[in-house]
Amino acid sequence: MLDLQIRQSLGAFTLDIAFTAEERGVTALFGRSGSGKTSVINAIAGLTRPDEGHIRVGDTVFFDSARHVDVPVEKRRIGYVFQDSRLFPHMTVRSNLEYGLRRVPAAERRIAFGPVVDLLGLGHLLDRRPRGLSGGERQRIAFGRALLAQPRLLLMDEPMASLDAARKAEIMPYIERLRDEMNIPIVMVSHALDEVVRLATTMVLIAEGRVRGSGPVGTVMGRLDLSAVTGAQDAGAVLDLTVETHIPEDGLSVLAFDGGRLTVPQIDRPPGSAVRLHIHARDVIVALQPLAGVSLRNALTATVIELAEAGPSSADVRLAVGGSFLIARITRAAVRELGLMPGREVVALVKGVAFEPHSGGAVSDRHGRVVDV
Amino acid sequence: MEILTPMETTALLLSLRVAGVAIALGLPLAVLAAWVLGRYSFPGKTLFDGLVHLPLVLPPVVTGYILLVTMGTKGVVGGWLYQTFGIKLIFTAEGASLAVAVTSFPLMVRAIRLSVEAIDGGLEAAARTLGAGPVDRFFTILLPLMAPGLLSGAIVAFAAAMGEFGAVITFVSNIPGKTQTLPLAIYAATQEPGGDAVAARLAAISFTVALLALMLSEFLANRVRRLIGQV
Repeated sequence: MLDLQIRQSLGAFTLDIAFTAEERGVTALFGRSGSGKTSVINAIAGLTRPDEGHIRVGDTVFFDSARHVDVPVEKRRIGYVFQDSRLFPHMTVRSNLEYGLRRVPAAERRIAFGPVVDLLGLGHLLDRRPRGLSGGERQRIAFGRALLAQPRLLLMDEPMASLDAARKAEIMPYIERLRDEMNIPIVMVSHALDEVVRLATTMVLIAEGRVRGSGPVGTVMGRLDLSAVTGAQDAGAVLDLTVETHIPEDGLSVLAFDGGRLTVPQIDRPPGSAVRLHIHARDVIVALQPLAGVSLRNALTATVIELAEAGPSSADVRLAVGGSFLIARITRAAVRELGLMPGREVVALVKGVAFEPHSGGAVSDRHGRVVDV
Repeated sequence: MEILTPMETTALLLSLRVAGVAIALGLPLAVLAAWVLGRYSFPGKTLFDGLVHLPLVLPPVVTGYILLVTMGTKGVVGGWLYQTFGIKLIFTAEGASLAVAVTSFPLMVRAIRLSVEAIDGGLEAAARTLGAGPVDRFFTILLPLMAPGLLSGAIVAFAAAMGEFGAVITFVSNIPGKTQTLPLAIYAATQEPGGDAVAARLAAISFTVALLALMLSEFLANRVRRLIGQV
């Protein structure tokens, strides 16, 4: 368990952050540029010193102002992947990778050189210098270098921010493999919602130096009061589903979750594998009863939980579907005419989904694309 | 005919030795000063910076005079050195080395400090997160990356040290075979009737050594830059 509570004056505002996160999986600190996200992981790494508070990972106390504990950076053993890689230019890729490893006593090395090189596909780069490598390659080396230092926690500061879309698509599967295969807790800073939805297990929403909401990604994304922080365009819920079956003759896959089933264009995952969908609020339609004679195939029985204004003419409706949540963005006139209010049973029609592959392994080439269903 | 007369050879070799000793002793201190000035802020930094650079703006004669007063056998430091260890700096080649070490020190510090400041501090932060303490980081990150500046600083300072006149003649006088370096020999030659030819030859030697040093400095710095992956 990562347990953090810090206050730190940052000039323009005061950082006042507290959250806890599971020790497995990826915790995403999400927020706009300048919201204080990077300051949080700098404090976790020990690169900056909070004015007060505590930072603990499991039983290890890294910082506690009340007890005057402040472990120096080089003794914390917290891996840090910087936005700009920060590879050592005068060393080969191999020496870069071994830099942290060689500073850990042999008896404490759990993560070995060979498997990390294989996991990140670095074998052919080992004898080269960082100069002249692509941004994606440099970032993969930075992952490897941090991992081989045997960290108990891995921090990533916008690891994909300096990469173009193609390089980003190349890097994402590697982060998924780190998450799924290395069993090291990861705290990632991001201002890109697609990264968070795809990679994170826990989401901490940060604005102006404060935590606005935290919890499992689906729960945070399903909260109406946070859609202004997550970005109005991207407002929408996240559903975790499993592949139930494929219907090859129609080119479809059936995905199941505790609220029902969704039929989507076929995805190349075996039945039983986990899939995460990002369902934008603008792609969800609310009906009072099941519709006949429409082309939409995905209708889910839902209950209205709450309503909130989303603009001069629109409203967001939060819907419970089994134990999960959907958000629908509809007009305020529709809310009035349909008589929507909390507790009302409705049918949620899903017009489109965005695939966010959730587990390691083969990655759908459709990832991130919104498809009509 | 010999290319150099014995007197000229003596002056050249003495100059090389005096400058070589001065750089060898001054370089570690210059690296330390450059590192501290380039990376840390502390109370009194401006004063420290000023003291380091003082020999650059002081008339070399004044530097030599200060050395004479403090390091002479009756000076505070020089007297102690003489009485405790029997070390005599005044009127010796070692004293000449000390004088040129002081005057060339700021040149080294400046060149090295520039290369320290050009090193991305983020690299040291990265090394910290990978478990490297301050000394470790100095030797594995800073020192290799400041090597081009260190080399060119040392070579330029060496050339300047060979040419130092005022501080040397004031502190250790002009004793042929002991403290008479190239510039002092040139001066002595110009004071003698018919010494013009000797002065011209010595000046040509000085010119050649200085030019070679500058070219070597450029060449080596480029080689090192390639070696550490900056080009």
